[in-house]
Amino acid sequence: MGLENVRNIILVLSGKGGVGKSSITTQLALTLSLQGHTVGVLDIDLTGPSIPRFFGIEEAKVRQAPGGWVPVDVHTKQTLPSRTQTNGEANGQAGHEVGALSCMSLGFLLRDRGDAVIWRGPKKTAMVRQFLTDVLWPELDYLLIDTPPGTSDEHISLLETLLKNTSPTPSASLPFLAGAVIVTTPQAISISDVKKELNFCRKTSIRVLGVVENMAGFVCPNCSECTNVFSKGGGEIMARDFEVPFLGSVPIDPAFVMLVEEGIRPQYPEGTKIDGQDLSRSEEHNGDGKAGLFVDKYRDCSLYPLFDGFVRRLLQDLGNRT
Amino acid sequence: MAPSLEEPTQVDFDAPLKAAPKLVAPEPEHCPGPESQQAGQADSCAGCPNQAICASAPKGPDPDIPLITARLSSVKHKILVLSGKGGVGKSTFSTMLSHGFASHPDNMVGLMDTDICGPSIPKMMGVEDETIHVSGEGWEPVWVKENLGVMSVQFMLPGRDDAVIWRGPKKNGLIKKFLMDVCWGELDFLVVDTPPGTSDEHLSVNSFLKASGVDGAVVVTTPQEVSLLDVRKEIDFCRKASIPILGIVENMSGFVCPGCKHESQIFRPSTGGARRLAEDENIPFLGAVPLDPRIGMACDFGESFLTAYPDSPACAAIKEVVRRVGEEMGLTSEEVLPEDDDEVEE
Repeated sequence: MGLENVRNIILVLSGKGGVGKSSITTQLALTLSLQGHTVGVLDIDLTGPSIPRFFGIEEAKVRQAPGGWVPVDVHTKQTLPSRTQTNGEANGQAGHEVGALSCMSLGFLLRDRGDAVIWRGPKKTAMVRQFLTDVLWPELDYLLIDTPPGTSDEHISLLETLLKNTSPTPSASLPFLAGAVIVTTPQAISISDVKKELNFCRKTSIRVLGVVENMAGFVCPNCSECTNVFSKGGGEIMARDFEVPFLGSVPIDPAFVMLVEEGIRPQYPEGTKIDGQDLSRSEEHNGDGKAGLFVDKYRDCSLYPLFDGFVRRLLQDLGNRT
Repeated sequence: MAPSLEEPTQVDFDAPLKAAPKLVAPEPEHCPGPESQQAGQADSCAGCPNQAICASAPKGPDPDIPLITARLSSVKHKILVLSGKGGVGKSTFSTMLSHGFASHPDNMVGLMDTDICGPSIPKMMGVEDETIHVSGEGWEPVWVKENLGVMSVQFMLPGRDDAVIWRGPKKNGLIKKFLMDVCWGELDFLVVDTPPGTSDEHLSVNSFLKASGVDGAVVVTTPQEVSLLDVRKEIDFCRKASIPILGIVENMSGFVCPGCKHESQIFRPSTGGARRLAEDENIPFLGAVPLDPRIGMACDFGESFLTAYPDSPACAAIKEVVRRVGEEMGLTSEEVLPEDDDEVEE
């Protein structure tokens, strides 16, 4: 049984594709890790796995051990150098503890990254079940499960297996199925699909931990005018309609895209302020800004404080239920 | 038992497609598959509780395929809109393509939404609240205008937000019904919008339409590598399923700030974008459509972006792509989308 080492399970769902489920999963995982927890990420998007690309471990392959698959490590538990900020304050006194982070995805099983996985439902069902039962996770505080869009085979199999092997309340013997984070973009087209996903959660009695509105607004790097590329506010209204918590809006940050696509440490022009916090850095990066661990570089991203808040709220919510 | 690290096996594209027999036990190891010719007769079938069921199940090709072919014989061109990635604008592009074709008054256009779990076409077409009408001939598509008909699962749902929690075979059954029971009538173009991925819906559409012939697939992508990665898989799928690719469209390519006209690449083409992918894969590049917030707004309100903002640069780009799609099918631009007067002046 692959989940016995896992303490809490959080699903990341959305009815719509391309709204940023994998991006949100990645950032939640990084933030949990930065808060010192041990995190695992399971990608059950079988026909379009993106998690390996997000963590920059596309070349990695899964190893087989007696009894199952060994997940791929992104980074191990370690202490990052403390972050110097422009205002001279050191963030942590003696560096920053991060928890280990490991992933499992179908991408690690493919011979070539361009290969299509053309599977019908029953085959996908079997694979999802295998991912849930045959992966040798280390001791994990949190397992995040990234899902494909829709409410079909993968989701049904996932929940069938999870409901059998987890507990809906915190318990000592079984992993705790904490609930789902729902991702949407603000425009109505996306909201109407995501409402279907909320109804799916209701039907399967999965608790909705919160709604995240992604791609809400884009700040022009040239003139700092904020444009609502995909309109605005839809996620919050939907959360209110369905009486589920709204975690917040995440703007489009080209620096985060750069970080994922090219591994460049986020850097903001002089005077960029978000929530009153000055994000511009005066000191020069050594080299091309590509040095360092992904998780270390993520600390410089403008989205990190936002996700730090989301995660604190989620954990508080989980804590209240124990 | 330790799982095997074998290469995931691929499905057989030529396998006859039909409802699998109801099994009483899980399929055993080395099962030849309940649909195969050896079902119930292979060595591994001995002692399997399903043996009798598999052996007596009907064999051979799906008897419904000739019906589908007959039903669709009055459709001149069939176009699939595909993308491995979700949210890149497949549905948006499908609606644009349909509106584009339908702007020629002589064209009859049908738009079929095969995304069962997340149908967006009805909302984008502004016909979200319609329901299906059943006539003696079959299901009547919902007509957006006199020469543009739409079919989607959304029209069958009792509630607008109801989740469709279906496994593969049920989805395949509905897609078959869409092709077999919908009276499309005489159509010049049938545009088939698909969900993301390479799974049941895609395989079904392909096998159902194989006999009646598909003109080809238009692949939609956004410029960043995360999306191209999945689109490469879709191209691989088309090759394996021998679906001709009409070309690739890059959507959301570049964003012009309405404040200062500075162009930003929100979704950075760090690996050369769709243009480079098209070159690498040796398929036509149909064009790039810029990211215009008004496209999303037009979709939200269910109006045609092409008629709402005819002067925008995005509109010109889309029209160009529609013409290129027509060209790839061997049609002249007069047949597909007549040039506007103001465009001729340019």
